[in-house]
Amino acid sequence: MRWKANVTESEGKIQLSCRVNGDPRTLSVYPMARLLDVLREDLRLTGTKEGCGEGECGACTVMIDGVMVNSCLVPIAQVEGSEIKTIEGVASGEQLHRVQQAFIDCGGAQCGICTPGMVMAAINLLDQNPNPDNSEIRNGLAGNLCRCTGYIKIFESVVRACQISRA
Amino acid sequence: MKQQHTIGSSVPRKEGRDKVTGQARYIDDLNFPDMLFGVTVRSPSPRGRIREIVFDSDFIPWNEFTIVTAKDIPGENSVALILLDQPYLADQFVNHAEEPILLLAHSDKYLLEDARRAVRIEIDPLPAIFSIEESLNRKEIIWGEDNVFKHFHVEKGDVDSVWEDADFIVEGEYTTGAQEQLYIENNGIIALANADDGVTVWGSMQCPYYVHKALSKLFPLPAEKIRVIQVETGGGFGGKEEYPSMIAGHAALLAWKSGRPVKIVYDRAEDMVATTKRHPSITKHRTAVSRDGKLLGMEIDFVIDGGAYATLSSVVLSRGTIHAAGPYLCSNVRIKSRAVATNTPPHGAFRGFGAPQSIFALERHMNKVAETVGLTPYEFRSRNFIRQGDMTATSQVIHEKVDMDGLMARAFELTDYHQKQKIFASQNKTSKKKRGIGFAAFMHGAGFTGSGEQYLESVVGLEATPQGRVRVLAASTEIGQGTNTIFGQIASEALGIDYELIEIARPDTGNVPNSGPTVASRTVMIVGKLVESAALGLKQTLIQSGFLKQDYATEDFQRACAQYVEKHGALKSFSKYRQPDNIRWDDEKYKGDAYGAYAWAVYVAEVTVDPVTYEVHVDDFVAVQEVGHVMHPVLAAGQIEGGVAQAIGFTLFENVVWRDGRMANNQMTNYIMPTAADIPPIRVHFEETPYALGPSGAKGIGELPMDGAAPAILNAIEHATGLGFSHVPLMPEALVNAMEGKCD
Repeated sequence: MRWKANVTESEGKIQLSCRVNGDPRTLSVYPMARLLDVLREDLRLTGTKEGCGEGECGACTVMIDGVMVNSCLVPIAQVEGSEIKTIEGVASGEQLHRVQQAFIDCGGAQCGICTPGMVMAAINLLDQNPNPDNSEIRNGLAGNLCRCTGYIKIFESVVRACQISRA
Repeated sequence: MKQQHTIGSSVPRKEGRDKVTGQARYIDDLNFPDMLFGVTVRSPSPRGRIREIVFDSDFIPWNEFTIVTAKDIPGENSVALILLDQPYLADQFVNHAEEPILLLAHSDKYLLEDARRAVRIEIDPLPAIFSIEESLNRKEIIWGEDNVFKHFHVEKGDVDSVWEDADFIVEGEYTTGAQEQLYIENNGIIALANADDGVTVWGSMQCPYYVHKALSKLFPLPAEKIRVIQVETGGGFGGKEEYPSMIAGHAALLAWKSGRPVKIVYDRAEDMVATTKRHPSITKHRTAVSRDGKLLGMEIDFVIDGGAYATLSSVVLSRGTIHAAGPYLCSNVRIKSRAVATNTPPHGAFRGFGAPQSIFALERHMNKVAETVGLTPYEFRSRNFIRQGDMTATSQVIHEKVDMDGLMARAFELTDYHQKQKIFASQNKTSKKKRGIGFAAFMHGAGFTGSGEQYLESVVGLEATPQGRVRVLAASTEIGQGTNTIFGQIASEALGIDYELIEIARPDTGNVPNSGPTVASRTVMIVGKLVESAALGLKQTLIQSGFLKQDYATEDFQRACAQYVEKHGALKSFSKYRQPDNIRWDDEKYKGDAYGAYAWAVYVAEVTVDPVTYEVHVDDFVAVQEVGHVMHPVLAAGQIEGGVAQAIGFTLFENVVWRDGRMANNQMTNYIMPTAADIPPIRVHFEETPYALGPSGAKGIGELPMDGAAPAILNAIEHATGLGFSHVPLMPEALVNAMEGKCD
């Protein structure tokens, strides 16, 4: 009932420190605010998308301390002291990550709304398994829904990213 | 000219970099200073009279809210599309669950959600109808005099004469369910509106000029005071064809009353429960065949459920009707079709637009007819395929080359169809899991039906910048399919300059001409052709002005543009659609050239049916089609693969559960679309026969892949199990019943 007139703006909020894409951040947030909303609204990192709000679609995929999560399901209080990586932290300046380049080369992005989450999932897959076979790619991306591509060009993008890394 | 040819090569997507880096800005990524959030309070009941609106809860500071009801509407309370029967906000009566009744805006979106839940709509119920049968039986009359939004009648030859002499008469009934478009980006709009500046909306949409038309009725403003701007759009598939007009109106009404910018972005549950879906359908076939397997007569009755208001149902019905007899030659055809009203949210545009429904019925039925006659599915089809010079059901002579036999042969070769037919049949006798292979043959017309393109009179412009770049001015939207890239290719090719020099203007009705809606597989074939001719016009102007010689390099072109713009102030070239003289259509008789061109296809599916879990898995899928010249192989294959995946969802996964006219499973958790783990390899093969009137020989492609998968998969399931199903989505429950010996 924080909206009642006698509640001040900061009441109920906590101070919290974490790193986002390498930058230290101190946040004043409600502890149960979704990580997704804090990223998008407080930090204006809008590359992370909301598709369903219930952990089904994966559009809000980010990394917390190297672990892939749906940021719509993470209360911000859980990230105290953590390192968060979002799509905005994937490229090194102008230099795209090989997975991003592969998505451009192979048509892995169509409307683009699932793409940030899909790129995060693909990077996570390749971090854990540098040379996934077809079935490993499918299972590795099965938590991220795409309605445009039928996934085929996304699979090709992952294979292409492996080739880029070998080159 | 040194410029490389871009058409036919897979140049990088124009907005690709922004999309892979998260820099692309969608509507929910934008915020305006002083912006309010808006929500919609909806009907809890499928039909009734609104008795009272109660603002409950002492905790909500109602005086802080902007509240809009039908009484606040400054212009007409109807969403202008084809008819004017659908209100923006229900006034006295509601006709479907989730119908918008009241709008709320506030700066705190969490408080807003509590307020939405605290508004209680009290309704005196009226009897409602929820199915095609109830509507046709006139259990209640809920729309017009007979519940029928629209009917069509296609007549060719003399169908009544065939039944007596036919060796076989085969009847069948086929049904399809609703399907949610399920773009991953939910609908959203931001609006600014006041009497002085007019109304401006930004949003996720396919058709900016549809929204413009709708807002022009809602507000008593001159057309130039209404501006509609498409921002990056996270998928549409038809789901953002007509519904954005509703949301744009709602956001604008709240902005008009509050004097502040208002953002309405639906969450997934609201988007699924309240917005449009694919029309459910019932198709009845009665077919006369000779002993040697020739189609003598086809009588088809096609009915779709339009929901509570007319919206686009008449045009969905039209396309479904025209495609109902498929790529077959039959001298005697009668197709009668109706779109009927029920008390469900209006069904609407979804990739394929009626054709997936009627083609599903036809391609299941053709297998049944073949079996009755004693021919294989392919022998029977081959004896009846339409060929160059033949007439379709609407008596359209197919002048272009069409080779359905060739497509079928290619598809069979790629899948080893004949061999697998035998092997699976033999293995299934002893194996636990049953395997099957099946196919469907079909076509899809590109562009608006009949005289539609003539009425649209689409316009495209090209504008040279002083820097020697060229900007395409069109209202055709990039929604993932690659509009920007294809237009870039076409303009670059026609102008003979580098692809990178072509920019695509943001679709903004204040800045671009009306190139028509982004629907109906028309963007490349129709609008692309206008891009091409506008480009040729621009080049001609430069040459005639003396700034450019006939033979030039990209740098010469840039210099010429700069010189021309400096001397004349601007360089623009426009092109307007003119119906080619040889396209003739009779709207009264529903006869003639229904579409300028058709894409033709044969799709083959291979399945495994598990008799323990009753799951069906699609193991392999081959899509062979002729779509004219392929402009961009990666984008084209992407269209086919994405469409096939949606069609697999339509066939085996996506089951809308209705409870009293309301979607009960309006979550991604319980409305299941295919994941990466569910999709088979989708092997795409194009045969290319350039189409004389398309840009560089291209035809439409976007909707085609939605049409063939459902019948191909059910035909494969029939091969695997011997069970002929006639409904999609085919859920495991239906398999249980059928395999346990109960009927489908």
